Amino acid sequence: MKTVTLAHGNGGAENQELISKVFYRAFKNDILNKSEDAAIIQDGSLAFTTDSFTVSPLFFNGADIGKLAVCGTCNDLAMMGAKPKYLTCSVIIEEGFEIKSLEKIVRSMKEELAKNDAIVVSGDTKVVPKGSVDKIFINTTGIGEVQQKGISSNAISEDDVIIVSRDVGAHGATIFAAREGMDINTDLQSDCASLWIQVKALLDAGIKITALRDATRGGVSAVLNEWANQSNVCIEVQEEKVPVADEVKGICELLGFEAMSLANEGTFVLALPKEEAQKVLDVLAQFDNSKNASIIGSVSQAYEKRVVLHSPWGTKRFLELPTGELLPRIC
Amino acid sequence: MNDELELKDLYDGFRDADTIKAFAKIIEEDAKKLGKTINIMEVCGGHTHTIMKYGIPQLLPDNINFIHGPGCPVCIMPKERIDSAYILSLQEDVILVTLGDMIKVPGSKGSLQDARAKGADVRFVYSPLDCIKIAKENPSKKVIFFAIGFETTTPMTCSLLEAVVKQEINNVYFHINHVTVPEVMKELIDSRDEHVDSYNNRIDAFLGPSHVSVISGSKIYEQFPEHYKRPVVVAGFEPVDVMQAISMLVKQFIENRCELEIEYKRLVSYDGNKRAQEMMDKYFKKVMFKWRGLGNIPTSGLELKDEYNKYNAKEIYKDVLPIEEIEDHKLCICGDILRGIANPPDCTVFGTACKPTKPIGSCMVSSEGACAAYYKYGNLLK
Repeated sequence: MKTVTLAHGNGGAENQELISKVFYRAFKNDILNKSEDAAIIQDGSLAFTTDSFTVSPLFFNGADIGKLAVCGTCNDLAMMGAKPKYLTCSVIIEEGFEIKSLEKIVRSMKEELAKNDAIVVSGDTKVVPKGSVDKIFINTTGIGEVQQKGISSNAISEDDVIIVSRDVGAHGATIFAAREGMDINTDLQSDCASLWIQVKALLDAGIKITALRDATRGGVSAVLNEWANQSNVCIEVQEEKVPVADEVKGICELLGFEAMSLANEGTFVLALPKEEAQKVLDVLAQFDNSKNASIIGSVSQAYEKRVVLHSPWGTKRFLELPTGELLPRIC
Repeated sequence: MNDELELKDLYDGFRDADTIKAFAKIIEEDAKKLGKTINIMEVCGGHTHTIMKYGIPQLLPDNINFIHGPGCPVCIMPKERIDSAYILSLQEDVILVTLGDMIKVPGSKGSLQDARAKGADVRFVYSPLDCIKIAKENPSKKVIFFAIGFETTTPMTCSLLEAVVKQEINNVYFHINHVTVPEVMKELIDSRDEHVDSYNNRIDAFLGPSHVSVISGSKIYEQFPEHYKRPVVVAGFEPVDVMQAISMLVKQFIENRCELEIEYKRLVSYDGNKRAQEMMDKYFKKVMFKWRGLGNIPTSGLELKDEYNKYNAKEIYKDVLPIEEIEDHKLCICGDILRGIANPPDCTVFGTACKPTKPIGSCMVSSEGACAAYYKYGNLLK
């Protein structure tokens, strides 16, 4: 690892290597080492997280960079059972950027903040010469109030089952379809959404959740691999139970991707005791964007720290962490 | 009722669990009559990945064995050609354009990804024709298309050249690295060095890559059953395709036949796509190509005909491009893997020093490489 390449930002294996070898090595402490979606601080009462957002194109089916920037940070808080409360907003803007576009982005942020009942309480603006950044980068940092303590990706056991909240890969596939040069006509929309609403409903129903994570970069395969690794278990997934929209499947076919490795911005994975599973499906069924929630797998000790994918015809293979830049196949 | 063909129609039925299980049963029954093990070489890396991804060996009896072949365009690229791409990308005012995985393959100087991190303008495209748009948007730059791939991708390079000539675009150049399949298959059987004798007897039959035959027709494999006594079934890339093709091969053995058959009849014909073949003949000539791990194979490569030299980056940049051969890493056995005489886990650096995130050999880099397939899916295989 001599220089940083785009592969180091893939949410997969190279990304983890960069983080652990450079940042964790320097900053290590008990809170950071837990590698949760948000840090739990103040005796477990607060969740604290930060995220930077860069996306091309800035506006796409179903969302834009502003909505992403609020959903991303609020969702990281929600995934720790915390209600998003206060956000900061820091933007780096390339000179020449249209004020109209900026206003559109900020309007999206405002709408999404309202859904979370959260507010921006501090911010920063930098403008840099043309070419220094790609149009606009947004950083949001958030603080949330923990409503249910003890949700942790380090606590998954054989008593748990794995649920995914909706069909996977919609955001990644939408962005690929929207990229210049792709010429793919599709009605596909990013799944970008605030998840606190659903998490709150689960908590209000008294459901005991073991682990929660939104499947962003690296997709569901990255979440499951991280969980298997952090909890020292084997996660066994029934491939036919994983919901994937036909259009996402089609784009994966064209480009040689796996839907489970594509990014999501409003899809989360849950680990919880088997006996709670049906209750979770009942709660999630009340929401439009989680009515297709599905129990996709179980936990065992068959292959420690690995994720095993079972095919409908009785074979199995490992589901690996995605590696490299997501590139199309050659022939 | 909407009669329009949807993308999912192309694969839906071809991943049907009941059909796959039914073929597994047929193969199991038929294989009992074989009385020996048959080694089937899947020539193409796309097939290797299908076989691994869908766990096909787990469905087959012990006497049906796969040998992985040399059919991955990235894996067979010798280091000096990757170095050429790297060097070209760092030339002044150059935009280097290529397809997918090529960006990740390390040469002796680094990969195109490394060159990009150094400031080179390296882009990948889904269609070579996108080079025209890039060239028009960057009139002061030289757009070099680093063309790779077998018969499947060659017609797309021809289309780009045709468009460049017709539209009189003067800033698109080509570095051609196209190769053809039958020559390397012949080499695997024909060659007389000590390695080859050992696998000459190993390959009992071939799974022919269907995408190649969509262009070139199944006729290109005719010599293998006729002259070399190896049956060939041209197969698609879905799990049902592969299972059906294996069943067809097993039936040939138990019925004592040795033929060229097409499983992928939905797109492959005996003659193939004549228009594409004409374009290839118009722009390219057959040349010797040095294959990584396999050495020089006569007439297995394609090069621009001399009349198109003004588009040939190898001519224009000949002063900076490498001419000396570069040895592969001493511990890497990609060569033996491409020859079908070793399996990825036989390599001492497999999964340790050589992983997809830090590949030593190209078979671990390419998404179509055998090592990448084993690393990604293979550990559970029997």
